[in-house]
Order: sequence, then structure tokens, then C-alpha cells
Amino acid sequence: MALKKKDHLELYRQMVLIRRVEERSAELYQAGKIGGFLHLYIGQEAVSTGIVSVRQPQDRIITAYRDHGVALNVGISAKAVIAELLGKETGVSKGRGGSMHMADVEKNFWGGHAIVGAHLPIAAGMALGDQYEGRDGVTICMFGDGATNIGFFHEGVNLSKVWNLPVLWLCENNQYGMGTAVDRASAVEQIHMKAEGYGIPHSRLEDGMDIMKVREVVGAALDHIRSGKGPYFLEVMTYRFQGHSMGDPQRYREKDEVTKWEKSDPIGIYHRYIVGEKIATKADLDKIEEAVEAEVNEAIEFAEASPDPGFDTLYDYMYASKE
Amino acid sequence: MAIITMRQAISDALWEEMERDPKVFIMGQEVGVWGGTYAVTKGFLDHFGEKRVKDTPIAESAIVGAGIGAAMVGLRPVSEIMTINFAFVAMDHIVNEAPKMHTMFGGQMSVPLVIRTAGGGGRQLGATHSQTPDAVFAHFPGLKVVSPGTPADAKGLLKAAIRDNDPVLFIEHAAMYQIRGEVPEGDYTTPIGVSKVQREGDAVTIVTYCKGLQLSMAAAEQLSQEGIEVEIVDLRSLRPLDMGPALASFKKTNRAVIVEEGWPSYGVGAEVATRLYEAAFDYADAPIKRVAQKEVPLPYNAALEQFALPQVDDVVAAVKEVL
Repeated sequence: MALKKKDHLELYRQMVLIRRVEERSAELYQAGKIGGFLHLYIGQEAVSTGIVSVRQPQDRIITAYRDHGVALNVGISAKAVIAELLGKETGVSKGRGGSMHMADVEKNFWGGHAIVGAHLPIAAGMALGDQYEGRDGVTICMFGDGATNIGFFHEGVNLSKVWNLPVLWLCENNQYGMGTAVDRASAVEQIHMKAEGYGIPHSRLEDGMDIMKVREVVGAALDHIRSGKGPYFLEVMTYRFQGHSMGDPQRYREKDEVTKWEKSDPIGIYHRYIVGEKIATKADLDKIEEAVEAEVNEAIEFAEASPDPGFDTLYDYMYASKE
Repeated sequence: MAIITMRQAISDALWEEMERDPKVFIMGQEVGVWGGTYAVTKGFLDHFGEKRVKDTPIAESAIVGAGIGAAMVGLRPVSEIMTINFAFVAMDHIVNEAPKMHTMFGGQMSVPLVIRTAGGGGRQLGATHSQTPDAVFAHFPGLKVVSPGTPADAKGLLKAAIRDNDPVLFIEHAAMYQIRGEVPEGDYTTPIGVSKVQREGDAVTIVTYCKGLQLSMAAAEQLSQEGIEVEIVDLRSLRPLDMGPALASFKKTNRAVIVEEGWPSYGVGAEVATRLYEAAFDYADAPIKRVAQKEVPLPYNAALEQFALPQVDDVVAAVKEVL
């Protein structure tokens, strides 16, 4: 599916929006306004933006705790994202979830999930739901390289093949599970090879910093699954420029390594592509960046002015069954 | 009213609910071809087919996790964990995922999942296969925990659990499938979170549930021959816990014995006794007594095992102690 100029500009806008929201969130965190954990997605914007841009509306998406990118890509407003980070009633999860638990079911985004790997069996169940009802949606399950070493991963991936479920297992290999490098945690460095053991077709995208390449491989994987061939496993190589979460001193990385990856900033790559291919001008992109800046400023103002959830609402979401 | 076994009552509840609602399906180890390890789902596969009677791998996290996912997207799964001893393997999904989805995402998604499992000792299966850890699961807000003591309640409560919009852990007792009892004709549900007086009396209040109810009823017969009429309150649900009937009875008899099969430390008895003291301390004419399992991992030896488990005589003795 060829993209028009406005499509490119929209994708560029989303990537810049993720970046700005996260940079400003880091400031809010340092100012003590955001509590708990804050896992930034900076550096990985091409992955979620690419995935969300090629999925069909019926394709569900579920991810791990590094979820701000997907949240913004599916169209959750910066206001609702930042308000959630601040724990406000106006947050996308009404201040109950925080950074790691954003979702918008209306937009077919089934959330960030905070226990490593636990959402993989859940994703299999969501795919089962579509298979059971005869719908043609694919469940896209995103997780990090670290998740592939836990039992949940193996149980979920195995079940997907046994039942031939329409699920895309999408490993974002950012090369660290917290501070432990892949080769120190995983028996195989090529994570996608794990799918071989379950008879699931698999591949690896070496350059997950290039949104165009992400779109291509994800699109092909979704077509494969939609044609009834069962699950597919895709490993996308990427890199997080920040620590695992705020407060991570990053002693486990060499400076050279970080510098090398920063040269492949996904936003920079896309900027060069758009201008180089004469899709749009630098001025067009500058305008987008300014608009995003204003949007994020407004979102922060909105979030800060929003009310905390009332104490009288503490039990509101305990049970779905209201007697 | 027909007199049927607990096994039949549970089987009938599942069958009727699957007939009533095409979104209800069952999955678990050996539920299909085998017909259920306790023969509860015998004949289901032939009648409902593989789509709705799903044999799973031995992978408890996948069984519960996939149930959560399917429930999130609109199905009404019944996930069977062969015995509660294996539920620990799926602990994250049972206590940390299913009960938290509704709250953590601000009410956006619910998990109408039933996890059926069987617990209890007395069959010489050794320490890892003979446990009654009900209180462990009842500890978690958001999860409903139900454990019936009669065939009528088993049928009504299981139907209610399947129709409930929240996750319900439904604990059966592996040594009770053969017991018989009157079951009403036709479709009915028994409300979750409502205790019931199963036998009226004025001497002592026995608060119990599941296998403890059987012990208590037998003890009541013996005591009756000595002119002691106990009142038996069956909790039926451990969470939500309805203390109403137990409290009313305690205020009438001023004495209470709590009977459970699990270990007493941090157990159901500890909870119930505390609640009675908190709400009706002035009504106590004797210290509340707990009858429970002795605090050891259950031995294999039959005589030792029975010695460690609560018996009818223990209930009789406890009642006489508080008189």
C-alpha cells in the first residue's frame, strides 16, 4: 500500500509526538510529578508506528509495559496519556493504571501489561476469540527480547501453533532485558530462532529503525496470518536510547555503543527519507514539529489541571458485575 | 427434585450453560477426548465438538491466560485446572492478571472467566497433590472464589459463575464428586457471595464450606442424638464473603466453631473468627474454635493422612468444647 504525502506526514507526526511526549514525561518524572516506573520508548518509535500504520482496524494490538508509543499511535490523545502518567481521572485508564497500563479498547488496543511475558498467553486467547467467532482479525502481540526467556512465552507460543491461532508474535529486540544484554540472557541470540522450535514461520528485521522496512515486514506477516496459515514470529532489531526506566544509571552499556545507535535515530532516518525522496520539504516537517510541541504543551497543562480520582471512586472498578 | 451426584450437578451446569450460550466453551487438560479426569465433561466433545471442548497442553499459564484473553474479547471461557495444586503454576494469571484487568484499565475490559479446579486431600496423593489453599486465592481483591458444599449449590453456583462478568475461581473437592443430594429441576442460579444456613439449631454456630459442610452435617447428626442442636452456616463463596447469616447465628447461639479443610494459619477460619469478634465480641460466651488440617505437608500414609485431616469427631469435640 503506497503512502501519500499526507500519510507520510502523519507517520512522521506520530513518531515526533512519541518522542516529545516522552522527553517531557522524563522532565515531569524528574520534577516528581510522575510516580512509579517510567519506561521510555525513545529510539523505538519506528517499530510501533510502523506496526500500527499497517494493521487493519480489526487487528488487535497488545503490548508490554513500554506502551506509550503504541498508545499514541492508535490515537489516544497526548492529553489522556500524560494525564494517566500523572495519575489523573482524565487519564486513559482513569489514573488506575499509570505508565505501564494504558489501553483503549475502542481503538482495539488491549493494553500495556507489566508482568514480563504474562500477556503472551492472553494474546493467544484474544486470537482464539477471533478464530472462535470467525472474524478475520489478527492479534499483534508485542514484547521485548527479555520476555522470550520466561515460561509464559513458551506456553503462549506453543499454544498458538497447536491451535493455529491468528497471532503475530512481534519481538522488539532492543538488546537488553533491563540491564542484561541478550547474549547473557538468551541461549540463542537470534531470538526469532526460538519460533523454529514450535514450527512457526519466523524472520528477523535487522533494521527496525527504518519505519519503511518495519511496515513492509509487518504487512507481509499480517498477510501471511490472514491467509489462514496460523501464527507468525517476527523479530525486529531496535534500540532504546534511554535506560530501562528512569533512574537506570546504564552502567551496562559502553558509550560507543550508544553513540553508534544514536546515528540511526528512527526519526532522523525518516526525516532524511521524506526530504531525500522529495515527498515533503524540511519546512513541512518543521511545521509538524512545532505543532507537536504546542500539542504536548497543551496536554501537560490539561493533565496538570485535571482532578485526581475522588476517594469515593476507589472501588468503582473492582468488579464488572454490578449487583 | 432429583437426587444426583455432585459430579452430575457440575456436569449438568456446564452442559446447560453451553447449550444456552454459544460463547461458553471449556478448555483444559483432558477435558475432551478423555472426558475430564473426574469425568465431569464425559460426552461433551461428541456433542459440542472440538471448537467448544478444547484439550490443552499441560501448560497452566496458557490455560488460564488464554481464558483471560478470550474473555476480554467477549467469550465466556471455562478454563479447567485439573487440580488446585497446579494452580500455583498459573498463579500470575489467576491472581495477578485476571482480577486486575477491570480495575487497572479503568473499567475498559472485563474478564468473565471461570477457572474450575478441584482441591482437597484424603486420597493418598502426597503433599504436592492434596492441598486446600483456598484462602490463598481468596486473599486477592477482584477475584471471586466459590466452593460449593452440596450438589444443588454446585450446579447453581457454577451457572452463576459462568454468567458473572468477573473472574471466578470455582473450587470443587476431589473427594466429593460421588456425594448425592437433591437438585432442583430446571434452570436456576445460586447467587455468588451469599451464605446459607444449611441446618438450624440453637446450641452452637458452625461456619464452614465445601468438604467442611459434609463433616459438619455428619457431626450435627451425632450431636443431635445427644440433644445438642448445632446451626450450620455454609459460606459457599469465600470472596465476596457474606458474613450475614454467620453473624446472625452467632448472636443467637453465642458460640462458634469454624470448620475448614485447609491449614488454620492465615486461613478461612482465621478470617471468619476475626470478623465475628469484630462485629459481635460482646455476644461471645466462649472462645471461637477452629477445626482445620494439622500444619504439615500431608503424608502419603493413609492413617497418618487421615490423622492430619479434620474429621467428624474433631467437629463434635470442638462443639462440646465451646458449649
